[in-house]
Amino acid sequence: MNAKSLVSIDQYSKDDLLRILEYARKFEENPNRRLLEGKVGATLFFEPSTRTRLSFETAINRLGGRVIGFQDASTTSSSKGETLKDTILIVSNYADVIVMRHYLEGAARYAAEVTGVPIVNAGDGANQHPSQTMLDLYSIQKTQGKLEDLTITMVGDLKYGRTVHSLIVGMSHFNPTFHFIAPDELRMPDEQKRYCDLHGIRYYEHTAFTEEIINESDILYMTRVQRERFTDLMEYERVKNVYILRNDMLSGSRDNLRILHPLPRVNEIAYDVDDNPKAYYMQQAQNGLYAREAILCDVLGINNI
Amino acid sequence: MSSQKKKELQVAALENGTAIDHIPPEHLFKVASLLGLDKMDNTITIGNNFHSKKMGRKGVIKIADKFFEEDEINRIALIAPNVVLNVIRDYEVVEKKKISLPSELKGIVKCNNPKCITNNEPMVSRFQVVDKERGTIKCCYCERKINKEDIIIK
Repeated sequence: MNAKSLVSIDQYSKDDLLRILEYARKFEENPNRRLLEGKVGATLFFEPSTRTRLSFETAINRLGGRVIGFQDASTTSSSKGETLKDTILIVSNYADVIVMRHYLEGAARYAAEVTGVPIVNAGDGANQHPSQTMLDLYSIQKTQGKLEDLTITMVGDLKYGRTVHSLIVGMSHFNPTFHFIAPDELRMPDEQKRYCDLHGIRYYEHTAFTEEIINESDILYMTRVQRERFTDLMEYERVKNVYILRNDMLSGSRDNLRILHPLPRVNEIAYDVDDNPKAYYMQQAQNGLYAREAILCDVLGINNI
Repeated sequence: MSSQKKKELQVAALENGTAIDHIPPEHLFKVASLLGLDKMDNTITIGNNFHSKKMGRKGVIKIADKFFEEDEINRIALIAPNVVLNVIRDYEVVEKKKISLPSELKGIVKCNNPKCITNNEPMVSRFQVVDKERGTIKCCYCERKINKEDIIIK
């Protein structure tokens, strides 16, 4: 793998995370900087993801770079059977950085091995999506004024939700306490719990989503409980309305509590929460722009930010 | 001819080379292929289903004038962990080697995640051995962990 690519959040040390978060803070002060002037960024989306793609393309544009790419693999040679390797090598002839979303897991690491052009993983199947973790960390730091010693409650699909798994890794440097709230079928996997044990991270598991836990939390990280994740649909029907956040559940919560969600949401956050000042999920998406500007500069070795 | 003598004559003696003993019979040809014997010019004797006190039946491979490097031979550790390697010089066994799992397995194992890039591109699979005792491995690409009993050899 070439040294500069961002494939997975676990490749970042604490110093790396803090440096990139500092870049993001500067980009929030002034998002329009011509740091990528004369550079071309390729956004290769083998699987559609409008939000992530627009965020990356906006980041490149605001940095003064130019964008090439595709948002649908069916219009490219990969639909004719071209290998990923060939596509990456061809695009490497044109672009200074490649942002890639792929439906296959491990695609980003492989791409980073075959080219010297930095790859930014914008999601590889159910595996990794590190820029989401960076924007989550940035949102937490910004709303709490710090990353250390926070209590973070994760709710919903903790089994398949890659964003919660990556957030555990990202937060592991900052002495967090976690509450994991999920139905039995979607509870946090043993691998992630072992990771917590290994890193001395405190965590508590619950099946009930109660105000008591909300009231202890600094961050409430909501995720979507998807019907298709259940083998037992009776179980789905039973739990689908249990993990919904309503505004009246927030009455006793801490002043500094903020509600995050990787989006898109369906019904897990009631619409009456949107007007609560503790709802932060829309601003969270905006922070994605700053985090991605920071990541793009970092992989390109631009540090005069 | 005594029965002892007859048994010995079932496989030709080696002057110099390597005798691989106690290969599980069902994996004999897999072992041969993992070691690249099909591409070797050396004199090779392959025998299978010999009687074994330890394991009932066993396979044996003798390769003349070939001495394996550690990483070459460790390739077979996944399917034949109890194999014994006899290094033979001048008709004498000068060394008995046990094999152990290497820390990385390249091109030997097929990832059992159908959505892994390694199953969809013409490329070499790569696994990290995360637990040598239990034989747990992890795909370096899709990061899926695979337990020993679920490992699929290519």
